[in-house]
Amino acid sequence: MQLRVRALETVLAEKGYIDPAALDLIVEAYETRIGPQNGARVVAKAWTDADFKRRLLADGSAAVSSLGYESRVGDHLVVVENSERLHNMVVCTLCSCYPWEVLGLPPIWYKSAPYRSRAVKDPRGVLRDFGVNLPASTEIRVWDSTAETRYLVLPMRPGGTAGLSEEKLAALVTRDSMIGTGFPKRPEGA
Amino acid sequence: MTDSVHDMGGMDGFGKVEPEADEPPFHHQWEGRVLAMARAMGYTGAWNIDMSRAAQEMLRPDVYLTVSYYKRWALGMERNLLKHHLADPDEIAAGRARTPAKPLKRKLTPDKVEASLTRGSYGREPPAPARFKPGDCVRAKNIHPATHTRLPRYVRGRVGTVELVHGCHVFPDAAAIGQGENPQWLYTVVFDGRELWGAEADPTIKVSVDAFEPYLETA
Repeated sequence: MQLRVRALETVLAEKGYIDPAALDLIVEAYETRIGPQNGARVVAKAWTDADFKRRLLADGSAAVSSLGYESRVGDHLVVVENSERLHNMVVCTLCSCYPWEVLGLPPIWYKSAPYRSRAVKDPRGVLRDFGVNLPASTEIRVWDSTAETRYLVLPMRPGGTAGLSEEKLAALVTRDSMIGTGFPKRPEGA
Repeated sequence: MTDSVHDMGGMDGFGKVEPEADEPPFHHQWEGRVLAMARAMGYTGAWNIDMSRAAQEMLRPDVYLTVSYYKRWALGMERNLLKHHLADPDEIAAGRARTPAKPLKRKLTPDKVEASLTRGSYGREPPAPARFKPGDCVRAKNIHPATHTRLPRYVRGRVGTVELVHGCHVFPDAAAIGQGENPQWLYTVVFDGRELWGAEADPTIKVSVDAFEPYLETA
């Protein structure tokens, strides 16, 4: 595949359609800057700033843009909040739509047939694959991203985190907790 | 294409989800090149995101299911290059340009990369008022277009409730086949798990899709 892709890139560059130097920058951005650390900062801010959280849930794109990220989030970001009563989970059954700007590139499992096929039919079973067991009474809401709307889960703040700084809180926020297939980490010693 | 294997919601038999610990952004160097090339070609305006998706959906089911994600992207891109006469098969096979380039609207140069990483906006001015509002009971139509659609099979014919109204968006069914943006109202419609999967299904599950107005009718 390496050779085939190199051949393709050569043809497109020779024809003047693409500039390989621009490709280098795109790859670098996704390898270094655009990842779940961006979403984690959003979540930590929402945990500590009630006004920001209110704005985030009302208009995800506007609230995230106000944080001034290097890679700004586009329109149509919807943030959905987990609670004791309700657990949100995000999938794209038709392809692999994912909020790249706040979570980076989707992991392989998110793009795989097992996740895409089962998340909407057997979400509890899928969660068990991740070692996540929810109480039988918790309602599960699966958001299938079938348009250009993108979904980010706002997980519940873990216990034992009172007084932690936004930065320390952000370090507890995992990628999977923002997709809805995991929980944030607990602070050490808690 | 509709009704192909890409429309996976509710299918059985694919096994367990297997998360990979500490997964890197790319597993092979070429994967990053494919991603970046797809971005750069998207920037040229040669085709749109719905045409990219449609090209992948038209891969044979056995190919779609067995190649990796980024290989699927590469195959889809090759299809679109041929379809839009931007390269010929011999060129792609040989890795050398032999025919003149076709003029394109724009080219992604390094100075424009940063701005290009922001997602585009798909919201458009509404041509007409929204037909539905939150709380409305709607049925996803039982449609099977031969061309691209974003209404998954597992909700067709099912009744749900309008929950969110996202405004008017580019309509993928039209954009994918070169019929322009044809903006349509977009709604989040939520379905009870039992409506989708039968009376025996887990009653605590709800599933929503984002559905364009032409996919819906009053229930």
